[in-house]
Amino acid sequence: MSNNVIIAAVVAGAVGIGAGYALFSGQPTQTVEKETVTSAPSGAGTLDEVRARGSLNCIINTGLAGFAAPDDQGKWTGFDVDFCRAVAAATLGDADKVNYTTATGKTRFTKLAAGEGEILSRNTTWTFSRDVDLSQTFVGVSYYDGQGFMVPKSLGVTSAKGLDGASVCIQTGTTTELNLAEFFASNNMKYNPVPIETNSEAQELYKAGRCDVYTTDASGLYATMSSFDNPSDHMVLPEIVSKEPLGPVVRHGDDQWADIVAWTLKAMMAGEELNITSSNVKSLAGKDNKNKEINRLLGKDPLQGVSKLGLSPDWAVQVISQVGNYAEVFEKNLGMSTPLKIARGANQLSRDGGLFYIPPIK
Amino acid sequence: MTFLYNIWHNEKSREIIIQIFVLLCIGWFLSWLISNVDANFKALGKDISFEFLFIPAGYDINQYLIDYNNRDSHLRAGIVGLLNTGLVAVFGIILATILGVTLGIIRLSKNWLASRIAYWYIEFTRNVPILLHILLWHGIIINTLPHSKNAINIADISFLSNRGFYIPKPLTENGIELVYLLLVIGIIFSVLFFKHAKKKQDLTGLQLPVFWINLSVIISLPVIGFFVSGLPISLEIPVLKGFNFKGGMHMSPELAALTFALGIYTAAFIAEIVRAGILAVDKGQREAAESIGLKPSKVMKLVILPQARRVIIPPLTSQYLNLTKNSSLAIAIGYMDLVATLGGISLNQTGREMETMVIVMLIYLSVSLSISAFMNWYNNKVKLVGR
Repeated sequence: MSNNVIIAAVVAGAVGIGAGYALFSGQPTQTVEKETVTSAPSGAGTLDEVRARGSLNCIINTGLAGFAAPDDQGKWTGFDVDFCRAVAAATLGDADKVNYTTATGKTRFTKLAAGEGEILSRNTTWTFSRDVDLSQTFVGVSYYDGQGFMVPKSLGVTSAKGLDGASVCIQTGTTTELNLAEFFASNNMKYNPVPIETNSEAQELYKAGRCDVYTTDASGLYATMSSFDNPSDHMVLPEIVSKEPLGPVVRHGDDQWADIVAWTLKAMMAGEELNITSSNVKSLAGKDNKNKEINRLLGKDPLQGVSKLGLSPDWAVQVISQVGNYAEVFEKNLGMSTPLKIARGANQLSRDGGLFYIPPIK
Repeated sequence: MTFLYNIWHNEKSREIIIQIFVLLCIGWFLSWLISNVDANFKALGKDISFEFLFIPAGYDINQYLIDYNNRDSHLRAGIVGLLNTGLVAVFGIILATILGVTLGIIRLSKNWLASRIAYWYIEFTRNVPILLHILLWHGIIINTLPHSKNAINIADISFLSNRGFYIPKPLTENGIELVYLLLVIGIIFSVLFFKHAKKKQDLTGLQLPVFWINLSVIISLPVIGFFVSGLPISLEIPVLKGFNFKGGMHMSPELAALTFALGIYTAAFIAEIVRAGILAVDKGQREAAESIGLKPSKVMKLVILPQARRVIIPPLTSQYLNLTKNSSLAIAIGYMDLVATLGGISLNQTGREMETMVIVMLIYLSVSLSISAFMNWYNNKVKLVGR
């Protein structure tokens, strides 16, 4: 090919790119969106999408005992999983109509933004930049957590302040790295980070002694410890070095959907406050209760706005009868009767000394 | 009409028209991709911005070749990661080349056992995915080596444990300049002597023991300087303090596992390339070389390999590129390379998937193109000059 031909070709290419771009950017954005094949999920209409599909898509952890882990029949169970089920019960009337998609700490927001699920229920910490900068909506706190440290008892360490120079295994893609860096820097200590992509691989390294310490949210530490052969050989150090309010996340822009998810969570907590459990909810819903808040929550008395949310009047009955109230879900997945043995602590109603204070149902 | 007919039936102008058309199509496709991304980002309420590169990263990195702490920017964290990628790529390429060339030659050996062993090594290694090699080596290192408290002690100065390999670090003191100076003099002498010996051999056929003389000069001159100037190098010996060894130089198990895995895996491919290169040399060349009385090692070194090199280098280049790109699997074992820093933790902390991924891709692209350019230059240097 002669030089002239090359020059002509380059010029033509430039013209082509320019023309093509002008063609598109000249048109109103609306048209472009319609033409795009891989259009991002639009803001509104999430509930309609879920109803039309007949199932809820929920993004959960790849495996964290007590929060999201497959049981011996391969069914997903856990605290985060039960929340997905609660939303399915509220919107579809059937808690089993959930498709689960797993995500690592790194891929979860991308997956939510790409529309692979309507809810991200994956022990996700609520932070300013995640809420604001990433265009997501945190609808509430389902679990108050904090970052802790797990060590083998044989290490002889009883405080995180004694960890100067230690090798620390971290599960990456979380706020964990920042908290860790800040904690060690503020105590003038050094450490050697070993960042690992998933919880299971990090466990292997910790067990093999590649690290002295494993750090992630305390709930995750208890979950990990419960899966060890000898949980009693390990301990979680008393220091909690961060605030980790964990909760479900939805995409920004659909207020109706955000309200549904938020009030599903609050209904479960209100259930605990009003002593409505999965066993008595049906009978309470059938009669006129003295406490009118129970009547309103269970659809006996009219509750303004339920139809605006697009839900049927018995939505809360479905949630509590099929999944349970907050206390039931907590005890079933994380409580003292489970291998995790996590105390309620901050995760109680404010009347019991915890942090949950539920807006009135009226 | 006849004008258009003529244009279309003129070979040259038709060529141009077709190329313009193809380029227009490519341009249209690219602009469609860009506008699609743009529209989707708008729909998600996101913008494209690279400002995050200059805010503090906030996380620590366990291996840095340039100074780094968690107050440095994401950009610097990315550079630290890139250097870590470069380090493991260089180690891996050196190991893969030495091992690969050796195996390729052994594979052609007349010794049945040696050739079979090389054969099985190659077949086993190259048919197992690289990720498994990496996990296997990492697993072997962290599960079989002792904890740092029971580290294998090598002469009280080096220690081997599942936290890595610690060796003493040489610290320079006053007077070191003489050692450096003598080293440079030694190297200059070697180059001159090499040229002299070559000239002499060309003229008289006499071979001087260049290698041994140069080696002893390069080593002995700095050693003499070292003693003359009063031992200006001290060793910082690693000591077990608390949980880990402190001081000295440290090779982490992740770096070691990655180097072994990448080197050993790629060596299998290089061995086959070397074998192909050697077989491509006409057997008459070997027979001719043997007939003038050259030893088998000289036949290989002076006659076969220089000719095989021309066949070997282009595919070898793509193996080097593969090795470098495969090093991004480091993320599986927690080696903090470019993908783990800028494409991993930075991505997660800032939520800028598109920006970080574009940067990481461009960096890999330019690294690959640089390796490619270097190998092309080398290939041009050794290729058959028209005879």
